[in-house]
Formats: sequence, structure tokens, C-alpha cells
Amino acid sequence: MDLILVNLIDGLVTGLLLFMLSAGLTLIFSMMGVLNFAHASFYMLGAYFAYQISIYLGFWMGLLVAPPLVGIVGAAVERYGLRRVHQYGHVPELIFTFGLALLIEELVKFIWGNDQIAYRIPEILEGAAFSISSYDIPAYKVFMIFLSLGIFAGLLFVLTRTRVGMIIQAALSYPRTVEALGHNVPLVFMGVFGVGTALAGVAGVIAGPVLSTFPGMAFVLGSIVFVTIVIGGLGSLGGALVAALIIGWMTTFAKAYNIRMEDILTSLGFTKPEPVWDSAWADLWTLTSPQIADILPYLLMILILVFRPHGLFGKRDV
Amino acid sequence: MMQNPDNTQGRMDGGISMRTAMPWILAALLLLVMPFVFQSNSAITIMNQMGITIVFALSYNMLLGQAGMLSFGHAVYMGVGGFVCVHVMNWGIFGSIPLPALPLVGGIFGMLLACVVGYFSTRKAGTVFAMISLGVGELIAACSVIIVVFFGGEEGVSGDRTYGLPFFGVEFLNQVEVYYLTAGWLLISAMLMYLFSRTPIGRMANAVRDNPERAEFLGYSSRWVRYNSFVAAGFFAGIAGGLFAINYEILTEENLNLTTSGSILLVTFLGGVGVFFGPVVGAIVFTLLQTVLSLETEIWSLYVGALFVATVMFFPSGLAGVMQMHVVPIKLGKWRLLVMPYVTTLVPAIFCIIGVSGLIEVLFHARHAAIGETEMTLFWVTFQHTAILPWVVFALLALSGFWLARRNAPSLLDAWHRANTPDGADT
Amino acid sequence: MTAALDIKGLRKSFGQTEIIRGIDLSINRGERHAIIGPNGAGKSTLFNLITARFPPTSGSISLHGRNLQGLAPYQINRLGLSRSFQITNIFPKMSVFENVRCALLWAQGYRYSFWNMVSRSRALTEGADAILEQINLSQRRDLPAGVLSYAEQRALEIGITIAGGADVIMLDEPTAGMSHSETDYIVELIRTVTEGKTLVMVEHDMGVVFGLADRISVLVYGEIIATGAPAEVRANARVQEAYLGAALEAEH
Repeated sequence: MDLILVNLIDGLVTGLLLFMLSAGLTLIFSMMGVLNFAHASFYMLGAYFAYQISIYLGFWMGLLVAPPLVGIVGAAVERYGLRRVHQYGHVPELIFTFGLALLIEELVKFIWGNDQIAYRIPEILEGAAFSISSYDIPAYKVFMIFLSLGIFAGLLFVLTRTRVGMIIQAALSYPRTVEALGHNVPLVFMGVFGVGTALAGVAGVIAGPVLSTFPGMAFVLGSIVFVTIVIGGLGSLGGALVAALIIGWMTTFAKAYNIRMEDILTSLGFTKPEPVWDSAWADLWTLTSPQIADILPYLLMILILVFRPHGLFGKRDV
Repeated sequence: MMQNPDNTQGRMDGGISMRTAMPWILAALLLLVMPFVFQSNSAITIMNQMGITIVFALSYNMLLGQAGMLSFGHAVYMGVGGFVCVHVMNWGIFGSIPLPALPLVGGIFGMLLACVVGYFSTRKAGTVFAMISLGVGELIAACSVIIVVFFGGEEGVSGDRTYGLPFFGVEFLNQVEVYYLTAGWLLISAMLMYLFSRTPIGRMANAVRDNPERAEFLGYSSRWVRYNSFVAAGFFAGIAGGLFAINYEILTEENLNLTTSGSILLVTFLGGVGVFFGPVVGAIVFTLLQTVLSLETEIWSLYVGALFVATVMFFPSGLAGVMQMHVVPIKLGKWRLLVMPYVTTLVPAIFCIIGVSGLIEVLFHARHAAIGETEMTLFWVTFQHTAILPWVVFALLALSGFWLARRNAPSLLDAWHRANTPDGADT
Repeated sequence: MTAALDIKGLRKSFGQTEIIRGIDLSINRGERHAIIGPNGAGKSTLFNLITARFPPTSGSISLHGRNLQGLAPYQINRLGLSRSFQITNIFPKMSVFENVRCALLWAQGYRYSFWNMVSRSRALTEGADAILEQINLSQRRDLPAGVLSYAEQRALEIGITIAGGADVIMLDEPTAGMSHSETDYIVELIRTVTEGKTLVMVEHDMGVVFGLADRISVLVYGEIIATGAPAEVRANARVQEAYLGAALEAEH
């Protein structure tokens, strides 16, 4: 029972992190119709910027300064790159952001090198916040949860209580109409792209120390983020939240409980071939749930696509 | 940008004429004599790699260029075809199969996989297709460490091509023999893919790419048209995989992952997706670039990435598209107008690029070289990165080159306009 | 003889709003039928329902006595119904010739084949050239369709629509946005190419409608208020009141 609670917290951390990325991605996609392949690269930039700032000014200044910086880089990319490619259509836009992801990775390697960097959590957040029976819950995880929830509360406030938020919300449901009303000004595009990438930056700042900061971190997380929004339904914020939490808990539980295929097969009445490594079914017999935890999101995506082509909450044709 | 109207065809062209067959005959002759021109082992190795990449890139362009489907997971069809071929090499029956037939096995298995995946992925083109291809690609790449029996885990699977049935006495012990095998398959696959684009289903793939709804009202299910292109592309990717297996005799996770899928997108787009021979140009240029640059500099992929982004932004029709743009001036007999402006603009531009890359290299060396190691060699000159002179020289080159190119660019534009205007036409 | 197109109790709602409110319409074989009505009456929606661009909320549509329920656009097209669009809908990057040739492929039985070369088929080339001749675009044969003038693109659209040899042709505002001379050209074109076929068209230009149609239906707020020969419709009091009076006045 206690272990379940611990895993629920762990999964929540992963899920919220995924949602912070997929929320920005969804906002950008809904407004502009562009799926930003480089989104996770901005997450990586967030981690690296924060690391560089934390060397001189400490973790907290990094948390404060890095996301706006990432947002500025994002806005510049929209202004000087994406806007130019926009005229060629959506597929070239996607190709452009893919190229951008490659380029950002190479630039990061160029500046900070190929190896993992020593970006650490601040001392004040080291250690446990509290314990559930014998399991310690690290203070940093609690901090991550509260920070994410705080940001989502802020986002929710902006989306539901401000004028800009109204426009964005309208764009989520009726993109064509908003366009026709003349709200689709380039400035809003640039702003949404900037805010979306800044959100990814925040995720990078807080995830960098725990998930490790290295040049491949964008591609490692990137594909999971895309899977998240496909499962949730492209363009649906609620779908993204549900999908992010499902993926977070699913992978955490699969890793925490070592469910072995051998036990399942034996209980179904199959006999284990001996020696197992000579059998053609060796991989099936030795399969364990931690092993497949990382591919579960992809399997889920395929299942969803076969049975619900628009994703969990998606309505729009793309 | 993706147009390919076959307006070069004559009015009543029916079958194979000398003019349509000529490029293929020339290509065949070229492939035949290449090993006599470039005899070194490394050259043959590069040419083999090129041949495989060309087949793979052409297959990729069946999706992207011909049918408008952007895939981030095309490597898995090549990879799975290749893995099957390596397994065949390790089976007893391999002794009764002539090696040149092996790529066909790869093709069939690539096609079978595409048949399954295409069932749910070709419902839509555009962003949805791109995301599904990415997910499926990552899934299969991740499976390589789980399904060890087939993918061989982290070491991959290796085989030995020489156990096959000798083919007219050839046992494929040396690289030149493999070269001719690759070249033969390259020619056959390229021709088949070209012919595919001329069939009803190939023409409809273009139609569905441009306007899926209209195609539906002409009696074609756009999903089924996409599915057909997808399966055909899977077949040729599998053939490329078979050729890879024969050439390298080993396949690993690397043959399946996003890096490989992404680089084939890069190759194809660089070459140009709108023209049939675009991917061929892309594969040749990319392989050469990769070979030359990776010998010269550690950060070659930074340059390739920058080149790719620049291509998407400024030349979305790729190298082949740029080549094709010159057809009109040549036809009009006005290409001479372009020579001088090209020289005055491109030469400074090249100097600018040399200057910028010099700065990048010195900076990179200063940042990442081992402590105390300040000596470096760049453009055949050896110097200390702590010295101020190289920085100044490169900065001057970059700035003056940029300034000159910028100053002369309007005259190039003007000349370009004049070269594209027929005589007598009002400008 | 079954009607070419038979619509019974057709309804369509978008959310709360009912756009098509119970339409019964039967169009005979070989008839030229025009659907007119004020803006927002649901004419284009009716077209889109017939061709399965949207599914109807209730009611049935039959083509030559065959129920079209649940069929996809391409299946309906194969049953012999072809349509054009209000907003020009061609393949802009392909040549004019290829646009027409693509429209011929299915009808000539090439289906999804990958063992035929399109350029080797004399029937395809000649068929496409004949249609280009008919729509008067032979001079433009090898240009990308996207560079044609508006009227030429509309003509091409009609060419694509009739190329497949469908016997029920539906044209959505074929003369919209055209000058007088261009309109005359398109009307003549429609008259010749739909010879012996069933034509259903939506049109705003009353000159075109009364010159071309055998029968006219007047659609107002999702309902057909009158159907009949041009003279009957012109004389119908309800039509006069609801729509035609104003439109006819505007004409003169």
C-alpha cells in the first residue's frame, strides 16, 4: 500500500513534467498548426542555460532567468525562421523544426561538450521531505510537483481570465474563425511560440538535475512528448494532461513492480523450456515489466490509433 | 515546390524511345566504369555506401516527394529487411541461395512490415502520419534490446556473405564484386521506382499529395493510394537493407533508430524532393560531405545541420531544384549572363563561409581541446589558438566576404531576372 | 424508370442549428436541374450531403435506386456521380493534361494498377486530349494548372468533373465570380458536355439558370418551397414572395 503511494507520487512527477512540455506544444500547435519538433530542444536549452547561470548566480536565479531566455530564443526562431518557412506549408514547417532540433543539439555539443554536465539540485532541496513508512520522498520531487501545479494554475488563470487567454482558447476550438476575426496577427504567433518554448524551458530547468543534462536529452524525451499529444488527441490540452499522467504512472508502475512474463506463462500452464536461452521464445520467457516500461507509451499509442484514430480527446482533423 | 509535371513528354509518346532510355544507359555505363576510375579500396567502400543510400533515399522520396507523407521512421523498413537478410546468411539454406537474390528477401520483409504499419498509419497524411511514423520507429528501435533473438541486443547480428551459393563462380570476397552487386540492384530499383511513378497508382499518389479531397471525388480512396505508396516504399527500403547487410555483414540498433531515419530525410530534402533524381544528388553529395568533412573536423554534423536548416529556409526545392532552375536560362541561351554575377557573389560568399567556419573551429579548439594543447591545424596552416592573428584573419575574411557578397547580390538577382526573360518579352 | 437521384426526408444539423430541414427531391434521368435560393439557404450543404462530404443527420439519398447510406465519396463517384466545387478544386501543381488524365484513370479501369504505364495508353492520352479540346484548353495542355486564369481553372474543374464519364454531374456555382463573356463561355461548355447526362447545379446567375435548366427547385432556409419547370417556378407566388421577386428585380 505504501509502495503504491510512493509510486503514485513518482508517476505524478513524471506526468506533470510531460504535461509541462506537451502543454506548450499543444498551445503552439493549436494556434499555428505547426507541430514543433524542436520543442524538446528548448527543454534542453532550459537545462543548459540554467546550469550556466547557476554556476555564477545559483540555482534560483537560473530558475528565474533561464525560461525567459529560452522564450526569447523561441520567439526569435519563430520570427526569423518559421515565419519564412510558413509559406511553403505544414510539412516543410515540420521539416524545419526537425532540422532545428538537430542544429540545437549540435550547438549544445559545440558549447558544452558531448558529456553530461554537473547540473545539480540546490542544497536546500537535498534530502527527504517526509517519509511514507520506510520510503523517503525527496524534497526536490515535492518542489517539482508544487512548482508545476503553480505554473498550471497561472496558465489556467491566463487562459480563462484574460483577454489574450480568451483569444487563445477560442483558437483552440475554432482556429478558422479566430483567424478570420483578424486575431491571428504575427505578434500573437510569436508570443505563443515564445511562451510555449519558455514553458519547455521551465521543464528543462527543473528536470535537468534529476534526469541528467546531456546533449541527447532532447531526443530521449522528445518522442515521448509527441506520443503524449497523439494519445491525448492533437490540439487538446485536457487530452494532453490525461495522456501525460497515464504515461507517467504506467511507466513508473511498470518499473517498480517486477512483473515477469515467466510467472504469467507458468500460471497459464506453459512449461519453461530448459535451458531457456536456446529456445526461440527465450525473449518472451525472460521478459519483465521494467524492461518494457519505456516502450509502453508507444504500444499505447498504436492501440489508441487503431481504435480511436483521433486520440483520447481529439476532435480536429489535421 | 513538389511539382513534377511530365511536360517533357512528347504528345503521342507511347513506349520506350531513345530519349527516355538514354539517361538510364548513361547511368549504367557510368556505374560500370566507376571502379576503373576510382580503384582504391576506400573509394569503392564510399561508392557502395553511396549506392545503398541512393536506393534508400529514392524509396524515402516515394513517400515524401511523390505522396506527400513525411516519415520520421523510415529506417525500420530498411533495418528489418537487413536483419532478415543477415539471419538468412546464418541459416543452412543460405548455401543454396545465390547472394545477388538476397536483397529481394529484404525487400519482401520490408514490404510485409509496411503492410502491417500502413494499415493504421496511412489514414491521414501530414502531421498525424509524421507522428505515427515517429512512434512506430521508436517502438521498433526500442524493441531491438528486448527481442534479442531477432535483433541481437546491443551487439546486433552479424553474418558472412561468402557462405552463399557462388554466383557464376563469384563468391563476393572482395569489395569490387560487392560494388557491382550493389550497382546492379541500384539500377534495377531506381528504374522500377521511376516506372512506378509513371503508373496510374503513381500518378494518383501525386494527385493525393496535392489535393486528397479532389482525388476522392475522382473515384480514388486517398487512404488506399497512400497505403500503396507506403508499401512500395517499404519494399525498396528493404532492398536497401539487404544491400546494407551484404556490404557490412552486420546490423545493429543503429540501423533502426531516429538518427538514421532523420538523416535519410536530410539526404532526400537536401537533394530535392520535387524531382525524381533529387535524392540521388542528395545521397551523393551527403556521402561525400560526410566522408570529407568528418575527416577534417570533429564538428562536421554541426555544419550539416546548419546546411540542412538553410536549405529548408532558402532552397526548399533542394539541390536538384536549384539545378532545374537553370534549365530556362540555358534553353534561352542566356546562361552567360549569369557567370560574372555568380563569380562576384559566390566567391566572397565562400570566403565568408571559410571565415565563419574558421572562427567556429578555433573557438571549438579553444574550448574543448585538452589543457595545454593549444596547437591546431586548419586549412593546412598550423597555429596556436591562443594567438590573436588567426582570430583577426578569420573575422576579417568573414566580414569582408559577407559585405562583398551582400553588395553584389542585387546584380545577381538582376542578371537572374534577365536570363529568365525571353528576348523581346517586356520586362 | 427509377430517378437518377432520389432524396427522401433529408435533414442535417450542425450542433443546435438545422441547416437542411427535410428535403424530398427526385431528379429524373437526363434532366438538367438547377437549385436556387438565397445565400445561406443550404444549397452547398445539400451538395455536400449528396456527395458524402458530410453525413446526413437523417433521411436517405439514392442514386439510380441505390441507397448511398454510409458510402465514402470515392465509392459514390464510382457509382457514376461526379461533382465540382464552389471553390476551385484542382491539382494546381500538375499539368492541365495530367489533371484530366487523373480524372480518366478510374473510369478507364486502371484502378490501383502498378503494371501499366500511363503514358503508354493511347486511350488515356487521346481521351484526355479530347476533353481538353472540348473544354478549349488544348493550348494550355502542358502548363501547371495553378497558373491558369480563373475562368480557365473553372473550365478545367468542369473538365475534371465530366472526364470520368459519370452520368450524374453536379456543379456547384460553375459561373461564380465570372465576367459576362466568361459566363457565356462556361454555359455553352456545360450545355455541350452534359448532353444526354443528368445535371444538378447550384447557381446564382438567374440568366444561366433559366437558360439552362429543365426544372428548378427553390431552396429557402433548408426547405424546398417549389419545384417545377422554369415558367412554373417563375409564376409561383411563394417563390415570388420569398426570393425570386427580389432576385429578378436585381437582375433588371
